[in-house]
Amino acid sequence: MTTETTNLTSGGLPPRLRAALATAGLSLGPMIGAFVLSGLVLLLMKVNPFDYYGYVFQRGLLSPSGVQATLTRMGPLLLLAASLIVAFRAGLWNLGGDAQFLMGAVFVAAWAPLMVQHLPVWLVLVLSMLVSVVIGAIWGLLPAILRAYQGINEIITTLMMNFLGISLSSALVKLVFADPDTTVPQTRTLPVGDRLPVLFGSNVSSGLVIGLVVILAVHWMMTRTAFGLKLRVVGANPEAATHAGLSVPKLTLAVFAISAGLGGLAGAVAILGQYGNVRADWNPAYAFTIVPLVFLARFNGYAAIGYVFLFSALGIGSESAARRLDVPNYFTLVTVALLLVLLAVTERWAALRRARKGV
Amino acid sequence: MSGLFTDAFIIALLAGVVAATVPLLLAGLGEQISEKAGVLNIGIEGMMLMGAYGGFYVAWASGNLWLGFLGGGIGGMVVGALMALFCVRMGLNQIVVGIALTLGAEGVTALLHYEQFSRLYPRLSVMAPLPIPGLSQIPIVGPALFTREPVVYLAFALVPLFVWLFRRTQLGLMLQAAGDKPAALDTAGVSVLKIRTIAVLATGLLVGFGGAFLSIVAAGVFVPFMTHGNGFIGIVLAMLARGRPTWVMGGALVFGTCLSATTALQVAGVDVPTDIIQMLPFVAVMAVLLVAGRKARLPAALGAAYVRGER
Amino acid sequence: MADPAPIIRLRGVTKRYPGIVANDSIDMEFRQGEVHVLLGENGAGKSTLVSMLAGLQQPDEGVIEVEGVPTALSSPERALELGISTVFQHSMLVPTLTLAENAALGGRWWRNPDRRGHEARMAETAARIGVVLTPSALTGSLSLGERQQAEIVRALMRGARFLILDEATAMLTPHDAAGLGQLMRRLASEGVAVVFITHKLNEAIEYGDRVSVLRLGRKVGGIAPEEMRALTPRAATERIVHLMFGAQDAAVAAVAPPPVGADAPVVLECLALHVADATVPVSAINLTVAAAEILGIAGIDGNGQKELAEAIAGQRPISSGRIRLDGAFIDGLDVGGRRRAGLRYVTDDRLGEGTVGGFPVSINLLLKQIGDPPFWQGGIERPAKIDENARALVKAFDIRTPSIHTPAGKLSGGNIQKLLLARELTGSARAVIFAKPTYGLDLQNIAATRRRIREAAGRGCAAIVISTELDELLELAHRIAVMSQGRIVGVVPNDADARRRIGELMSGVAA
Repeated sequence: MTTETTNLTSGGLPPRLRAALATAGLSLGPMIGAFVLSGLVLLLMKVNPFDYYGYVFQRGLLSPSGVQATLTRMGPLLLLAASLIVAFRAGLWNLGGDAQFLMGAVFVAAWAPLMVQHLPVWLVLVLSMLVSVVIGAIWGLLPAILRAYQGINEIITTLMMNFLGISLSSALVKLVFADPDTTVPQTRTLPVGDRLPVLFGSNVSSGLVIGLVVILAVHWMMTRTAFGLKLRVVGANPEAATHAGLSVPKLTLAVFAISAGLGGLAGAVAILGQYGNVRADWNPAYAFTIVPLVFLARFNGYAAIGYVFLFSALGIGSESAARRLDVPNYFTLVTVALLLVLLAVTERWAALRRARKGV
Repeated sequence: MSGLFTDAFIIALLAGVVAATVPLLLAGLGEQISEKAGVLNIGIEGMMLMGAYGGFYVAWASGNLWLGFLGGGIGGMVVGALMALFCVRMGLNQIVVGIALTLGAEGVTALLHYEQFSRLYPRLSVMAPLPIPGLSQIPIVGPALFTREPVVYLAFALVPLFVWLFRRTQLGLMLQAAGDKPAALDTAGVSVLKIRTIAVLATGLLVGFGGAFLSIVAAGVFVPFMTHGNGFIGIVLAMLARGRPTWVMGGALVFGTCLSATTALQVAGVDVPTDIIQMLPFVAVMAVLLVAGRKARLPAALGAAYVRGER
Repeated sequence: MADPAPIIRLRGVTKRYPGIVANDSIDMEFRQGEVHVLLGENGAGKSTLVSMLAGLQQPDEGVIEVEGVPTALSSPERALELGISTVFQHSMLVPTLTLAENAALGGRWWRNPDRRGHEARMAETAARIGVVLTPSALTGSLSLGERQQAEIVRALMRGARFLILDEATAMLTPHDAAGLGQLMRRLASEGVAVVFITHKLNEAIEYGDRVSVLRLGRKVGGIAPEEMRALTPRAATERIVHLMFGAQDAAVAAVAPPPVGADAPVVLECLALHVADATVPVSAINLTVAAAEILGIAGIDGNGQKELAEAIAGQRPISSGRIRLDGAFIDGLDVGGRRRAGLRYVTDDRLGEGTVGGFPVSINLLLKQIGDPPFWQGGIERPAKIDENARALVKAFDIRTPSIHTPAGKLSGGNIQKLLLARELTGSARAVIFAKPTYGLDLQNIAATRRRIREAAGRGCAAIVISTELDELLELAHRIAVMSQGRIVGVVPNDADARRRIGELMSGVAA
């Protein structure tokens, strides 16, 4: 799977192909390691690791419904990955993705079910996505301003805005946008027929396509356009950016607007394509988990697609396994943590080896 | 309304503030040590969870709450040791490893809890309060603040201890050097890696105590994900405090007050959702940052691994 | 001079890095009471030698003897114990601690750092060697020269008998450098063995008792103290130049600046320029530079030169005043606009702001033209055009790089400077500001850079050269302005009397 996705980056050029294969090797090793180590944990829990992983992959990758669920989940995750790629490449640690996601989700969930009664569905879907981008961007505005004009570290401000946003979205669901027709605190629900269209008669939401298009566009923007290069200059050396006449504050604002806007869009796609409503206290914390994945993908869009696919499949598979094999799906967290650490270690080891070779 | 503000109510309110403040204080002080030494410790949420679980497990297994705190400290230090190994020794990215450790600790503690306690739900005995002679006799303030579990006093006693440590000991200078100019520390003949390792382990210990406080004293049970962002608030507190332990305490009191106010208000019959109250401290801090525009001074080498000879 | 054994002796010390032999069986000795100068071009192996003496690196082969005993300097701690102290080019003091706290740093962790005691001892040690400093001052608030003096004092407080000064004068103003030279002499007379690493010949001859010359990792020769005393400065210089460059005679002789016609049109004008700045406000700058003219700006570092250059280039806002280029006002334009109008700025902070170290040479060459056609069309990059541009410039400016895709940060200092010159001097340059253009370069690159500056002026550009080295300005400039505390305190023509008058202008404020 990873080999295939990384092959896409090679463009058929032999040296790049070799580099891609090397990268794939560096990714596969840690994956195997992570599965071996978490297999040991399963043994301690007296669960046969082969049964467990067999079931996880069968559900997440092989069964039709599992694959469809995996692919559907990828939509919002890819958008979050795209959001983080923009920020990280520009050297800005946007750790507030979960709030941006939730704010986008909540406003869309509040708005879309009402609007479909008055407007054509396609228009509502398009407008909803626009609204979510704007809401997300607004939520990223404050850290952006503080960073751009006061030099205040964005890690701390985005973390705070994250707490704020999670609480606020929950409060909004309970107090402002609550569905008057149910007693459960949740927003109105977008009817299944009015959601994002599914792909080719399957159950896969077209959110997947939106996610893929956006992350590839972001990857292209960051690597092939003047705007992307400007952002990378700001990320790599802000003094050089100033020296070269780039407006660092304006670019910082632009980065936050795009990054947080995409975070909001991720929320909209999750609602419009999958959930249909937001329940109170709902927070899947996707962005937080995606942060290290994007980092390990070296901010590369193609690699991020691979990691997101793996992560979605693991998540979907283990949720099924939890119901069947009495292994709570917290177990996925252990696997993912092991994977992250092993990937980071391998990367470090490869860098050391390169340094020793004097390349 | 007026009838609700009885002495008992105010005592409960103050007591709640203290209980909510202690874990934040420990997390903030712990994070402060790492940050001073140049390690941005995003993994403290994980350390805290591990502390909460370790504390609960040992307290439950041994029947001794004090041993439980020891277990909590060790639990936090285990995560701290991993952080030190990966970030200080191997120089891996501190944000990636921190998040990975937090995810791992969430998974491991939830899994262990599921395996061991999900059918039993044991509760711990209550830690006996230690009234401070004299002070505990003061009306209202006495029972609320001076008739508390001994660990509460110890947690607050850490603040002057840290002021002394940072100001009056070599360790204080060394931590600051490790964060601001690690190469200077190295040429002064002190190992940067050693100081940073010590700092991260100390963070694990303190944050682990904070987690143990949550499970042993505040709740009496362990619940998966029970730290609820306390560790992250600790990061915010440490960054805002700019190296001053007293500021961490001040910040912890503000956040602690807001976190505990919900229950108090509900008791008082004022129906404000938890979410709104929990937003208040963040709103306040963001407003202060926006208006004052103060640059939160952070150590120069924060987040950067130290490699000898690299300039 | 007949003391028994040298305090440190190197025997056949060799250190290899991937691809290069940094030090190739070096034999050398260091004696008490002697200033031993290590001379060599960039990359000659001076820094490697220093890091082995400081305990930061270990030799692959050979022996380091301390007072006749082979000793492993396995760590900086071990070196310190043996009384070996190093003062690096970049300050090794913690900026957020006071000088005394920096001196107190190290020891048992629970100990009280004893600020009072260290302050007293520091003041006392400083007074002994004739250094004035305030032990309770916050390090970050001091100049580099002051920090270095404090580092030397700290080394002596720790019982240093062997003091390494690694490129210690490179970052200093001429005034501070001279002060450091005298301090070295005083330390030697106190019985300290001083090792002074530099690539400046005049300093070596002025302050050294003994000189060793390194070239390409080898010790190629030296001058013993007896010889040193016997030789005239001029003869010593010739000897050393010969050692450093072999047969090739690197004449550093001054070339008279090409004449400028009196009727040359004015290209760049600063009219009553003011720049607000917390530390060095720049005020009332009136300057004109004619076509083909080189205007030197002399002055001690940190007197507003950088602020002025940045204000002209558009990197720093002007509070009042105007700038005119070829008769048109450009102060309303941003950096890009001024560049398009023909204004160029070669920064002295080559790695800090001049380049993005991780980006390829090809992109760094276009850093100030991102988005401009033909390299970008409609905001989309055109790799063929970008590479073509890079290949042409690499060739024209003789940038030695493995490839145009090599990260700029991997180039040597001289080649990075060539990259900056290539970027700023191509196209329609009308006026160029060179900030400390030869700082940190070796002799060959210094010569190449100065040639580029002359050529630019020869093509009709107006050039401003900011330098702290008076000799450089006397060699290059037609007129020299002296800057002090954010003001131009005088402009003198570069004639026979220039050195004296500039000295007066500079000291008039210094006193």
